[in-house]
Amino acid sequence: MSLRIRALGGVLARRGAQSVGVAVLVSVLCFLVVRRLPGDAAYRIAAGRYGYDLVDEKAADAVRAELGLDRPAWQQLGGWLGDLFRLDLGRSLVTSRPVVEEVGYYLLGTLQLAAVALAFATVLGGAAGVLAARRPGGPVDRLATAWVAGVRAVPPFLLGLVLVIVLSAQLGLLPAVGHDSASGIVLPALTLGIGLSGLVARVTRDAVVEVRQSDYVRFAHTKGLAERWVLLRHVVRNAAVVLVPYLGVQAVILVEGVVVVESLFAWQGLGHALVHAVFWRDVPVLQAAALALALLIVTLNTLVDVAGLWLDPRPRRQEARA
Amino acid sequence: MRRPLRLLGPAVVSAGLIGLTACSTGTGPTSSPDTLRIAGPFEVHSLDPAVDGEVFTRLQVAETLVTSDIDGELAPALATDWSSSSDHTEWTFDLVEGATFHDGTPVTPDTVIGALETAAAQEASPLAETPIEALRAQGSSVVVELAAPYLTLPAVLTHYSTAVLAPGSYDDAGRVTSVIGSGPYEVERVQLPASIRTTRFDGWRDAPPAIRNVSFQSVGRAETRALMAASDQADVVFGLEPAGRQRIETTAGVGLESSLQPRTILLKVNAGHPALADVRVRRALSLALDREAMAGAVLREEGLAATQLLPPSLDSWQADLEPLRHDREAARALLAEAGWAPGADGMLHRDGEPLRLDLLTYPDRAELPALATAIQAALADVGVAVDVEVANSSEIPAAQADDSLELALIAKHFALVSDPLIDVAAVFDPDGADWGVMNWRDPAVETAVEALLAGAPEDAAVEHRRAIVGTAQSQLPLIPVAWYRMNAAVSESVEGFVLDPLETSWRITDLRWAS
Repeated sequence: MSLRIRALGGVLARRGAQSVGVAVLVSVLCFLVVRRLPGDAAYRIAAGRYGYDLVDEKAADAVRAELGLDRPAWQQLGGWLGDLFRLDLGRSLVTSRPVVEEVGYYLLGTLQLAAVALAFATVLGGAAGVLAARRPGGPVDRLATAWVAGVRAVPPFLLGLVLVIVLSAQLGLLPAVGHDSASGIVLPALTLGIGLSGLVARVTRDAVVEVRQSDYVRFAHTKGLAERWVLLRHVVRNAAVVLVPYLGVQAVILVEGVVVVESLFAWQGLGHALVHAVFWRDVPVLQAAALALALLIVTLNTLVDVAGLWLDPRPRRQEARA
Repeated sequence: MRRPLRLLGPAVVSAGLIGLTACSTGTGPTSSPDTLRIAGPFEVHSLDPAVDGEVFTRLQVAETLVTSDIDGELAPALATDWSSSSDHTEWTFDLVEGATFHDGTPVTPDTVIGALETAAAQEASPLAETPIEALRAQGSSVVVELAAPYLTLPAVLTHYSTAVLAPGSYDDAGRVTSVIGSGPYEVERVQLPASIRTTRFDGWRDAPPAIRNVSFQSVGRAETRALMAASDQADVVFGLEPAGRQRIETTAGVGLESSLQPRTILLKVNAGHPALADVRVRRALSLALDREAMAGAVLREEGLAATQLLPPSLDSWQADLEPLRHDREAARALLAEAGWAPGADGMLHRDGEPLRLDLLTYPDRAELPALATAIQAALADVGVAVDVEVANSSEIPAAQADDSLELALIAKHFALVSDPLIDVAAVFDPDGADWGVMNWRDPAVETAVEALLAGAPEDAAVEHRRAIVGTAQSQLPLIPVAWYRMNAAVSESVEGFVLDPLETSWRITDLRWAS
C-alpha cells in the first residue's frame, strides 16, 4: 500500500509544481502573442464594446486613454503578473465585468458539455468496441469499423445540423439551443459524443483484442471463470488502462476545440470566449481563459495518472513481490 | 438468443442517458405558454446603456427621452414635449408625469441629467458629439444648454446610449450592475452575453401590455435561428439568411416580415489615392459593377441593387437622379481616358504601374465578404486588380487614421439616430469620416450640410438635400452597391408585429397572442 501512496504523492507534487510554472508561462506567452498580433488593440477593443456601427478613431482614442494601452509593455505585463499573485484577474477590457465571473461562467459551460459528451462517447464507443472485439473480423467488428469511419468523416457542424433537424425540428424531442434548461445540453453533447465515439470504439476494440489474447486472460478461462467475469474483471479493467489516458486527451480537445459546436447550439463555453477575446484583444480574458485551460489540462492529466494508478493491477503485483 | 440481448444493453444505457438528461427539467423546447420567445444574432456585452444598451431599449426595459415612431418621426418617451430657444442653444425637455423606475423610485430631472452626463462621456455615443455646456433641472423639466446651435438634439436623444436608468442601477464606482429602467417591461434575469428574461412592469404608467413575459436568446448561427423559427422554438426570430428565408416561406404557421433598413452597402474610396483621386476612375469602378446581378446572387433580391447613395426608405433624401448603371464598355473607356492602358497580362497599367487596389471589409454582416469577392471579379473584368482582405471592422477606421486605406466595403447605417441628417453630415465631414468619405471635400456639399444643420426652411432644405445626393452621385466619393433589407420570422400565434426599420424598439407592447 505504501508504494501506492508514495506514487500518488509523487504524482500530486509533480503536477502541483507544474501548474505554477504553467500559470506564469501561459500568462507571459498570451501577453506577448497578443502584442505581436496585427492591428491596433484600442480599435479592436472599441469594436468589441460598441459594435461596428459606432467604432471610430475617437472611441479608440478614448479606450486607449482609459486602459493605459500606451504604457510600456513591461509595465502592463508587470501589472498583470502582480495582480495574478494577489489572485486578482482584473476586469474584461470589453465588457468591464470581473474576469473571474466571466471566465468562470464560460468554463462551467465547457466542463458540463465536455463531461456529458465524454459520457456519451464512452458509453457508445466503449460498448461498440467491446462488442466488436468479441469476434475480430466478424460482422459486428465490420459494422463498428464502418461506424468509426462514418462518424470521423462527418464534420461536427453537419452532424449537429442533422441532429437538430431530426431530434429537434422534426420530432420536437429536444430544444435546439438554450443554456437555461438542462435539456439544452443533450444535442451539443450528443454531437460531440458521437464524433468521439468512433475513435473510442477503435481504441477499446484494439485494447480488448490485445488483452483477450494475453496469458492472464487465457489463464482465467483455463481456471473455468465464466465469460462475463473474465470480461469484467480482467479484460475491461486492463483495457481501461489504455482507454483512460486516451479519454484524457479527448477531454482536453473537447475543452479547447469545440467552437463550431458551441456556436451552432448557442452554447456559452470557453471556446467562444477565447475566440472573442482574441478577436477583441481582450488580454485579461484571454490570459485568464488560457490559464484556466492550462490548469485544467494539468488537472486532467493528474486525474488520468491517478486513475491509471488505481486501475493498473501491475503496481499491486510489485507490492506483493516487495 | 443471447447475443442480440447483449447488443441491446449498451443501446438501452445510451437511450437512458439521453432520456435522463432530457427529462431532468421536463421543460422541453417550449417554455411557459405566456412567454414571447425572441431569438436574434446580437450578443449583449454590457449592461450599461451608454456602452451596449440597444437590446434593453428594444425590449422596452429602458427608455430614452425621445423615441421614434414606425415612420422614423420623433415621438415622446420620457419627455412629453420639447422646445428650444430661438437661437437653438437651449433645449427644454418636459418629463412625463408619474413615471417610475422598476424599483419604485420616481424618474426625476436629476436622474435624467445623470444618465445624459454618463452618455456624453462615452466617445462612441452620438451625444458625445453635441456641444453640451450644461445640464440643469427646471421644475419637472431638463434644460440642455449648448455652446452652439444644435437643431437635431432631440433626434440624438433617441439613441439607446442616452437611455435613463434608476440611480440604483449603478454601484459606487458608477458601473451598471443591474438594468433598472422605466419601460413597460422589467428585467427578471440577465445572463450575459446570451439571454435575458423580462416581465410586465406593474407600475407602468400606461395601459398594461398584452404579453406578460418575454425571453431573448442570442443565437450566433443563422442556420440554427431558422430551424428555431421553423420548429416553433421561438416566436420572433431576427436575422435570417437567404436559405433560412426560403425555409420559413415554406413552413406553415410562421410568416416572414421584412423592411428596408436605412443602411447602404457601399465602397468607401480613398479619394487621396493616386489612382482614385481621378473622378473618372471612381466612375469607371461604379460602371463596372453589375449591381442587380450581385444583389440577386448574394442578397437574393435584385431590387436591392442601389441606384443612389441613400436608400428609398429615407424618402426626404430621395432625389430624381439618373440611377447608377452597369456598363463595362463605358468603364473601360473612362479608364483609358484616365491614362490606364491594358498591359501584357490584360490588367491596366499607367507609367509602368499596375492598377492594383486593396479592398478591406469585415465579416460581421455575412453578405459583405461575398459581395467583396463579386466586386473583385467585376473589377478584374475591366482590368482592375483588387486584393480583398476580410478583417475586423475596426481595421477600417484604423486604416483611415494611418491613411493606408484604398477601398473598403462597408454597410453604413444612415439613421443611427432618428434624423438621417446627423449621419449624412458625419459621412461628408470635410476632414474625413471613419465611416464616410476619405480625403474628399466639396464646397457645395459643405454649404448644404451647414445650411441644413442650421435649420433651413423646408423648400430650401429640399434643394440642399438634392445638392448633397446629386454631388455624391456625380463625384462618387462613396460608391453605392446595394441597399439592405432586414427580416424576421414571426409565428402566427403572435399578432400585431411590425418591423421597425430603425430598430429603436421591438414594439412588444403592440403585440398580442392570436386567439
